[in-house]
Amino acid sequence: MSHDLRNVIESVFRQESGKIIAGLIRVSGSFDLAEEAMQDAFAAALVHWPEGGIPENPAAWITSTAHRKLVDYARRARTRHDKEDALAYETETSIAPENPFAHDEAMKFPDDRLRLMFTCCHPALNANAQVALTLRTLGGLTTPEIARAFLIPEPTLAQRLVRAKTKIQRARIPYEVPSPHALPERLASVQKTVYLIFNEGYAATVGDSLIRRELCAEAIRLGRTLCELMSSEPENIGLLALMLLHDSRRDARVSAEGELVTLEEQDRSLWNREQILEGRLLVDQALRMRRPGPYQLQSAIAALHAQAEKAEATDWRQIAALYERLLAIQFSTVIALNHAVAVAMGEDLEQGLSLINQLGETGTLESYYLYHAARADLLRRLGRLAEAAEAYKRALALTANAVERRYMRQRLTAIE
Amino acid sequence: MRYMMLIYSRESAQPLTAEEALQIREGHRVVMEEAARRGILRGCDPLAPTVLATTVRNENGKVTITDGPFAETKEQLAGYYILDCRDLDEALEWASKIPTACAGGSGCVEVRPLRNDSPVPV
Repeated sequence: MSHDLRNVIESVFRQESGKIIAGLIRVSGSFDLAEEAMQDAFAAALVHWPEGGIPENPAAWITSTAHRKLVDYARRARTRHDKEDALAYETETSIAPENPFAHDEAMKFPDDRLRLMFTCCHPALNANAQVALTLRTLGGLTTPEIARAFLIPEPTLAQRLVRAKTKIQRARIPYEVPSPHALPERLASVQKTVYLIFNEGYAATVGDSLIRRELCAEAIRLGRTLCELMSSEPENIGLLALMLLHDSRRDARVSAEGELVTLEEQDRSLWNREQILEGRLLVDQALRMRRPGPYQLQSAIAALHAQAEKAEATDWRQIAALYERLLAIQFSTVIALNHAVAVAMGEDLEQGLSLINQLGETGTLESYYLYHAARADLLRRLGRLAEAAEAYKRALALTANAVERRYMRQRLTAIE
Repeated sequence: MRYMMLIYSRESAQPLTAEEALQIREGHRVVMEEAARRGILRGCDPLAPTVLATTVRNENGKVTITDGPFAETKEQLAGYYILDCRDLDEALEWASKIPTACAGGSGCVEVRPLRNDSPVPV
């Protein structure tokens, strides 16, 4: 097979498989049949394209071929059925293609990816299954690829996928965009899954860095699809912006030695300008819609960091204000700590420290490493080095993450 | 497709006030009437408390009888509905309307398709 042909097939798969499979699932009512039909259609392309040439619209060719495969399967299943039991002829098979050839001339297929997203991210499936199923169907990742990315054995992942698909079918999880009154909650579930995929790729923990990069790219692609299909939802835009802005710092946040580099100390020339520009435009676009939400506010914060030419130029006051709005929508300890740090940097260190100490007063944060790490950092900046060292030690005792530990040890050595 | 809604409720020591009990009965009445009106109600009943439960276990022909429910859990089965719904989303919507505080503290509803209605994977 020529190099060109392989490239075309790979790119059709990468770009279009989510769309193709979404349509096939709608027509067949089955994830497995849809997958099989798509695989058969790609296999057919490998046979036909070298002789007949690459079709003008490769994705449409694959889709039509896969639709024909579905009809073949249905026919075969029916024949088998007839032999087993003549009476069964009258019963509907679960495969009922909606006139699959009607689409052929138009070469136009409805975009079913949105319903696929809602089904894959249905809250009746557990979060791990949602992630796996989304990557497998919409992202077109293979089972081994997903297993490697999440550091789980392949059979475990395969089983997870089977269980999820069985539940979709047997408990009859619908394949449609939810009704308006259920939409906000269900959309939040889709956004959460996409962001989970992104974070899995972004967290500087362990594993194959290439695959992690791929996960981030995939999450961004899913975010784009979501924006494209539901463009009037500002939180979709906020989510995409947030992922782009985080991802823009990818090359700067880990040093050549694998050490974590804080935002403050990152070499900003390594930041991806294109992603930052796109992210900032998206933040503006979302905020103009005047329906702020957590993703938009977080993306606005990320945009402020991204537009500071150097760390000292960061607009901490505005960042603190945004964190305050975020806290009003959803309280979380991490956000509260971030708010305190922003206040410390923007107003004064003492005030930020007292906010952190207030958070700690309840005692619930004693075993939370970020609480001690944030305190340690402010104490260090205040020059209260003995107390800072104490806090660094407590933080150290509470995290097992090697990268974080190295970072904290460095800090500790520097002040001791 | 028929779904069974299993109502799990906390059997708290604190009895319901008359007003609370009325509210719960009213909640059930609304669900029952609405489901019946739409022709999807296939059955429903509350259960007597678990102090009246007896568990029978038949292990290799040896029958043992014990007092109480099969498992001592915080939440106990307190009643059920069987509703004929289009899909899981419709079933979940009904489930969210079913009161769960039949015997005090609130609980949850487990939604399960009836096996004979549930399509076998292709």
